[in-house]
This record gives sequence, structure tokens and C-alpha cells, in this order.
Amino acid sequence: MRRWAGAVFPVAAVVAALLVGGVTLALLGADPLEGFRAMIEGAFGSGRALADTTSKAVPLLLVGVGITIAFRANVINIGGEGQIILGALFATIFALAVPDLPAGLMIPALLIAGFVGGAIWGAIPGALKAYFNVNEILSTIMLNIVAVQLMNYLLRGPLIDPAEIEAGTRIPQTMRLAPSGDLPVLLEGTRLNLGAVIAVLFAIAAYVFLWRTTAGFRIRAVGLNPHASRYAGIKVKRSIVAALTLSGALCGLAGVILVFGSESHRFVTDGSSTGFTGNAGFNGIVAALFGGLHPIGTIPASFLFGALLVGANKLQRVVQVPAALVVALNGLVVVFVVSSAIWKRRLEQRYLLEDSAKELVDQPAEVDDG
Amino acid sequence: MAEFFTTAIIVSTVASTFRFATSYLYAAIGETFGQRSGVLNLGVDGIMLLGAFGAYYTVLKSGNLWLALAVAAAIGMLMGLAMAYASVTLQAEQGISGIGFYLFGLGLSDLLFQKLVGTPLPIDGFPNLRIPLLADIPIVGEMLFDHSIIVYGAFLLVPVAAFVLNRTTVGLNIRAVGENPEAADTLGVSVAKVRYFTVILGSTLAGIGGAALATELGIFQQNLTAGQGFIAVALVYFGAWRPLGVMFGALLYGFVAAVVLQLKTLGVIPLGASDLAAMLPALITILALVVAVQRERQPAALTKPYERGE
Amino acid sequence: MKQLRNWTPAVLLVVFALVAAACGGGSGDTTTTAGEPAAEPFRIAVVAPSASNDLAFTQSMVDALNMIQSEMGGASAVEVAVTDGTFVVEDAAAAIKDYASQGYDLVIAHGSQYGGSLQEIAPQFPDVSFAWGTAGDTFGLPNVFAYEAASHEGGYVMGVMAAALSQSHVVGIVGPIEVGDAKLYVDGFKAGVLAQDPTADVKVNYTGSFSDVALAATAAESEIAAGADVLTGTAQMVVGAVGVAKEKGVLWFGTQADQTQLAPDIVVASQVYHWEVVLRQMIDLIKGGTLGGNAYVIDLANGGEVISYNPGFDLPAEVKQLGEDTIAGIKDGSIAVPRS
Repeated sequence: MRRWAGAVFPVAAVVAALLVGGVTLALLGADPLEGFRAMIEGAFGSGRALADTTSKAVPLLLVGVGITIAFRANVINIGGEGQIILGALFATIFALAVPDLPAGLMIPALLIAGFVGGAIWGAIPGALKAYFNVNEILSTIMLNIVAVQLMNYLLRGPLIDPAEIEAGTRIPQTMRLAPSGDLPVLLEGTRLNLGAVIAVLFAIAAYVFLWRTTAGFRIRAVGLNPHASRYAGIKVKRSIVAALTLSGALCGLAGVILVFGSESHRFVTDGSSTGFTGNAGFNGIVAALFGGLHPIGTIPASFLFGALLVGANKLQRVVQVPAALVVALNGLVVVFVVSSAIWKRRLEQRYLLEDSAKELVDQPAEVDDG
Repeated sequence: MAEFFTTAIIVSTVASTFRFATSYLYAAIGETFGQRSGVLNLGVDGIMLLGAFGAYYTVLKSGNLWLALAVAAAIGMLMGLAMAYASVTLQAEQGISGIGFYLFGLGLSDLLFQKLVGTPLPIDGFPNLRIPLLADIPIVGEMLFDHSIIVYGAFLLVPVAAFVLNRTTVGLNIRAVGENPEAADTLGVSVAKVRYFTVILGSTLAGIGGAALATELGIFQQNLTAGQGFIAVALVYFGAWRPLGVMFGALLYGFVAAVVLQLKTLGVIPLGASDLAAMLPALITILALVVAVQRERQPAALTKPYERGE
Repeated sequence: MKQLRNWTPAVLLVVFALVAAACGGGSGDTTTTAGEPAAEPFRIAVVAPSASNDLAFTQSMVDALNMIQSEMGGASAVEVAVTDGTFVVEDAAAAIKDYASQGYDLVIAHGSQYGGSLQEIAPQFPDVSFAWGTAGDTFGLPNVFAYEAASHEGGYVMGVMAAALSQSHVVGIVGPIEVGDAKLYVDGFKAGVLAQDPTADVKVNYTGSFSDVALAATAAESEIAAGADVLTGTAQMVVGAVGVAKEKGVLWFGTQADQTQLAPDIVVASQVYHWEVVLRQMIDLIKGGTLGGNAYVIDLANGGEVISYNPGFDLPAEVKQLGEDTIAGIKDGSIAVPRS
């Protein structure tokens, strides 16, 4: 019960943000109740709604788990957008180069390719920070810009669907990628695919890594206290690079799933990163925080955050307000949730105090027994 | 290639650099204050967008550019107050709350634009103000001294900011709070007050940066900043938390962007490589830092909330 | 701590109350819509990438739908739902599916980047008609229309006029990324300039972004510095380039929507898309039971593309005549605009 009491605050924060959204809806002349009903229906109302919510949650979960790892090493990874793109590019190039692989080999190979692509795009800021003192916020912002242009260049150039050139329409997208790379659909008639299972497995793996392995311990130690870690003989720089690399790798996986779990099974660009990622590189950070910066907690957090995004889109369609409202609401939810964390922390501190007080009371008895 | 070195083109490229760099220089100088006191504000882009819309709308309705600047500044101030409340009082995780403020500003500015204006109508910005005598210097005059007042303002802000940070008590307090809030607190400096001040100041400047963008371009549109606020944050790191360094970064980024566009126009960069060339401002900014290998360390308390020990 | 724990049920209560109220409020609404007059309205939904007031791609479609609505008898005869600003392709796919499942008669995916998704979605809704553009491919599906603009034709006409107006013989073009409709327009404009003035110098600058207005402005500055005295550009970020043209007093040609209002003194003409020309044909077919299969092109000949002159611009009569002659030539086929 106590463990879950803290979850009240983010939920209350979301509700508060939605109330503000409701007032805005009323101001725009729309019926807020109709809007909220649409939201709930759009996120949870049917099998397809649930599948859409889950599909939206998958990249958030992978990015969120990656963020958690980086966060534990005390680095903020805001390069998720670029890392997602690189992961998608690596996997896409692989699928175009080796289209004849059977599904049993293709899917693991794609995941590895995406993992590597994202890892590289995470390792660069890691190495720049560790060895050249280039702050990771600067390098990831810049590398996001670079990744977008690289994507645009490749998709309108070397990787473009030859049919687009033939027809003269030149839509910047690949051909339909090899069907053996399609992530199998889990629920007939929906988009729910193997990506969801993969994401959850990686979340569990990240938990095991952080809390059950020496490398994970090092990352957490560096995050908690780099100076003490250095004295303890931990190679701090190497741990920072490792954390950003892994963080990027998980974002890269999100990129693979966004392409190979998509409706079109193509990689297509509208010229921006958001068009492809749907801001997952940023929203995943929020999901991670929502989940208490814990890989397992990020699972339900991503699902709820995905529901919020999917539901808000449905709201836009039903009450016909500009889609910009959805973006503003998304931001408001983030601000409210992150700001509410203080009460959660205070609650936990009180529990802690209470526990130690209890121990103090219990201890003399133990001494007596001895 | 020789075509690139005609005087007209060099003058235009440099003049473009200053104009292009103006909006994010305001925001970056503002962000410098916040970070020096230990607060990272990643929401700059959203605040710029709201400031840009506020200024645009004011000009559209009143035609008064100074009022527009005041409105943008007020919007920035308000957003700064909210940001400070979240990150100082509520100790919210700064990297994340900033993303929230960014998305909020991105959405709200677009929503307001669609509801209050509807279709992009042009506005007239500040006219160019030729500085007497200086503007008549051949070449340099046209590059540097034939801009609007809002461009001069950004570059005049740099020495002012440097002076405030390095030579005044306020600056000393800001730096103390950013380096060692406990010690500052012991000396009677209110950490919270200083951080509220810097965050609000920074956001005000971000709002003005947005106003600079909207008035210089003479238009508003969804996502007008196209990520300039993020570049501004990056430049604070580039400049190692010193206004002069930040300005150098802003000019470098803007110069590379302007040169790349000029080389595209002249056909030196072939059409097929236009996306690859568009990476250059970002790549060169990183490379410049790698080559320079800076030794500066970030403010020790950056992103760390401060809670008075009891 | 006690107080805090007491919060929990209160908050949960609020949540449930809200959910309940929301669900309850909604169910009342559905019954009211059922009692409408007998004539079912024709329902059209459009999903589009940029804002519906972008004075460019998205606005051209929204304007057309509004026109269709008013000429078919207003909101009671035609219902139009708009989901704009959907640049996230995944969200667009969800929106397309959602509209289709709600039984809209025509769902328009107004963005070439949506096509790959539509190709998979359309077969799942065989009773719904879909249209997408700008593209020429219906994927061989019986319930998909495709539409595109021969933007190179209007581009060519305006290129011819631009060459005739240019004193410096340098013309500048600002583009986003070298793809799709943008490339088609840019190439057509360039061909027009060179057809009129083979010695002219055409500066083409793709900034690398559909949205970066400041970058488009700087690109325009670079072209003016290189001697250009007539500019054009395509996609929603060109408003920045128009501003620079206005400031420096060089001429501007617009496309996708009438851009005169951006700079009444220097906009010469705009190529305006009238999608209603093909929308009417689609709607007629759908009403007759044909849900797709055709690929439409709006062009100068069918009136889907119109060169709209700025009445406030003093265009020399001989240049306007040149433009009209070029239009006539393209219409009757004596001028063939190359499509690269």
C-alpha cells in the first residue's frame, strides 16, 4: 500500500492538468465532458484503442528505460530523438541490404542493427563528455540536428524507393521493407506487435543490469557520488560513456520498432524528427520520471502516458479543436507531474522517518533480548 | 569559388549572421544567468515562441513595437515565474520540467495564433538604424552598423551581462549560489530569491528573443523558432557560462549557417548535398569545442535543487 | 503523514467522479444527434500535416473543402472534420483509421508521407473512400483516389514572367528539401526562367527544413546578395523569405495559396491550388458508388491550378500577356513543361 501511495501525486497532477485543459476546451467553445469522454474512449475504449495506446507506449518505454540508465549515472540524455533516428536508419539499411533473410534471423538482426546505431549516437556525446569535456546537453542537441539532416539526405537520396524516382513523385521514403522484418502482430486487426514484448523484456533486462550486475552498480555509484566512486577505483569516465551508450542503444531499438512495427513498413520522413518519432525522445524522458526513474516503474508509466497522447488526439478529432491544444496539454501534464514529485518525495521521507523511529523503538527490545 | 568573395556577398553574409544570431543570443544570455545560479531551463524554446506570438499579436493590433517588446518581456517574466516556482520552490527535475514548458509554449503559441489571428499577416518590424559615421565606414559599416535596434540590443546586452555577473554584488551572489548554495546561504544570501531572479530574468530575455525573431521576420507561424531555444541552451555550454563566450558561439553558429546558405545559393554546394551541408552549423559547433578542449567546469550546483538543512 | 495518506481516497474519488461524469455526459450527446433530419450529410474528414491556416499546402485543401461545403448546401449537407498539424505520421495513421471506422464517406490523407500507411489501412475499410496526395498512385486499390498538382506548370508560367521582369537576370528560389511537390515546383519555375532567358542565372537554395522560417529568410538574403531581383519559394517556411523580399524591395512569386496578403507591394502573382476541381469529381463518383481507383491531377487546363495576379501590383501588360500566352500554350499542348 505504502509503495503505491506515492503514485497518487502524479495521477492527481495529470487530473489537474486535464482540468486546465477542460477549461481551455470550454473557452474554445467545445464541450469539455464530451472531450474527456472521447479521450478515455480513444485510449481505452476498444481493442484497437488499447492497441494504439500500447503502440504509442512502446517507444516511450524503450526511451524511458534508456533515460533511466543515463539518469542513474547522473547524465541527462536529451539526444533521444537523434538516437531513435540512427537506430531506425541502421536497421533500415540492413533490411534493404539483406532483404532475403528469414524472419527468424531478420528480426533479431534488425534489433541488433538498431541497437548499434543508437549506441553509436549515444557513445559520441558520452565520449565527448568524458574525454573532451563537451557537455552532453550541447552535443546531444547538436547531434539531434545532424541526425535529422542525415535522415533526410538518406531517405531522399540513396535509400529512396526507386518507384518514387520513376514516378517523379519523389516522396522521401524507402520502398516497402522486406516482410520478413515485419514485427508480428499480436492482436489480429490492430497494430499491437512484438515490439511491446521486446520493450518490456528490455525494461526487465535493464532492471537486472542496473541492480544485479557490477557494471550496473558502477553506473549507479558514479551517479550517486562520482568522487567517492573514483576513490573506490571505478573508472568514472568509462561508466558515463557506458551509460550514454546504453541509453542511446535503447532509443535505437525504439527507432527499429517505429519503422518495422509501423503501418506502412517503410521509413518515411516529413523533414523533421518529430514527424518520425512523435517526440518520443522527449516524452520518453517524462515517462521515465513518471515511472520513478525505475525501469519497471516505467512500464505502467509509459502505458499511461501513451494513453494520454492517444486519447488527446482522439479528443481533437471529436470536439474539433486545433491539434495545437493537444501539444500544449502534453506540456502542461509534464510540468504538473514533474512539479508534483516534491510531495511524493516528502511522503517517502516521512515513511522513512517513521520507519527509523519504529526501529528506534524496537531496538531497545532487541538489546534486552540479547 | 571566386564568386563567393565579392564584397556584396561577404557583407551580406556577415550582416545575415548578426541578424540570424540575434534572437537566440538574447535567449542564450538569459539562460546564462539561470545556469550560473544553478538552474537549467530547457524550456527556452517554448518561452521564445510565446514571446514571439505576444509581440507579433501586439504589433498586429496596435502597431506599437515598443509595446510589443514589453508584452513579450511580460510573457517571458510570467513563464519565468512559473519555471522558477517549479524548479526552485517545488524542486522539480529541471531537465524534465523544461521539456514541459517547451511543449506548453509550442502548443499554446500555435493555438493562440490560430484562434486570435487565423492567417499569417505580415507586420513591420523595427526599421534599420544606421549608426551615424560608423555606418559610413566602407564594408564594415554595412556589416555591423546598419541593423535594427533589436539587433544592436542583443550585442550590447553581452558586455552588460558580463559586467553584472563579474563586477557587481548581484553577480557575485548569482555565482555563489550556483557554485555553493550552502555557503551562500550561510552568508545570508537567499538562494531561492537569487534563483527566482535569474530564472525570471532569463525567461524575460527569452521572451524578448522571441519578439526579436517575430519582428525581424515580420511574421508569426507555428513553431516559428524551429528549435532556436535549444540552440540557445547549447550555446551557454559552448560559451562556458561567460557572456562573451556565449556570444562567440552564437556568432559561430549563425556564421556557419549563413555561409552554408550562401554557398548553396552560389552553387558551390551542389543541390544533392544540401541536407549534408545543413548539418554543418551543428557539427562545427561541436568540433570547435573538441579542438578548443575547454577546461571550464560547470557551476557546481547546476540542476541541483537547494533545500535548507534543518 | 496521516494527512497525506488521507489524500489517497479523495483523489481517487475525484478521478472516478470525473470519469463517470465524462462518460455520463457523453452518452446524452449521442442520442441528440440521432434525431437529425432525414437527409444524411456527406461526411468528409481530412488529416493534414501543417496548420490549416499555413497559407500553403494544408490551407489549400481546407479552403477547397469549405468551398465544396458551401456550394453543396452548407453544414447540413456536408460535414467537414479537420485534423491539422499532424506531422507525426503514426498519429496521422491513427486518425485516418479512426475517421474511417466512424463511417466518414471520404477520408483525405493530405500529405504524401501518409501514403505508405494508407496503403495498408484502406483495404481494412472497403466501404470507405480514401484520397491521398500529393501523389499519383492509387496502389491499385478500388477505394483509394490519388491527387496531385502539376505544380511545375504554374511554376513554369511564373518562371517565364520572372525572367521577363528581372533586370539583373538573376532569379532566386527558396525550397525546403528536394522532394515531392516542392521539387516539382522548383524545377518547373527554373525551366520557365531559362526558357524565357537562357542566359539567366537561377539560384536554387534548399534550406533543409519545411518549418525553419529564419533559415528561409537568410537563404533569401543570400540570393539577393548574389544579385537576384525576383524570388519565389515553396512550403510553409517561405513566409520568412517573403518578408526579406519585401524589405529589400525585390519581387516575389507565390505558390500553393494566394500569398498577396503577405506583401501586397511586391507579390506579382501566385499559383493557387483549387482542389475542389478534383474533389467534386471524387464526390460525384462516391455518390454513384465508385469509391476510388482514379488518380487526378490539377493543372492549368482543368482549372485546378490558377495563376492569381496581385491586383495591387502594376504588372507590365506585355509581361502579363507573356504569362497568359504561356498558360494558353501549356493548355493546348504547344508548350511541354519538362517533368524531372
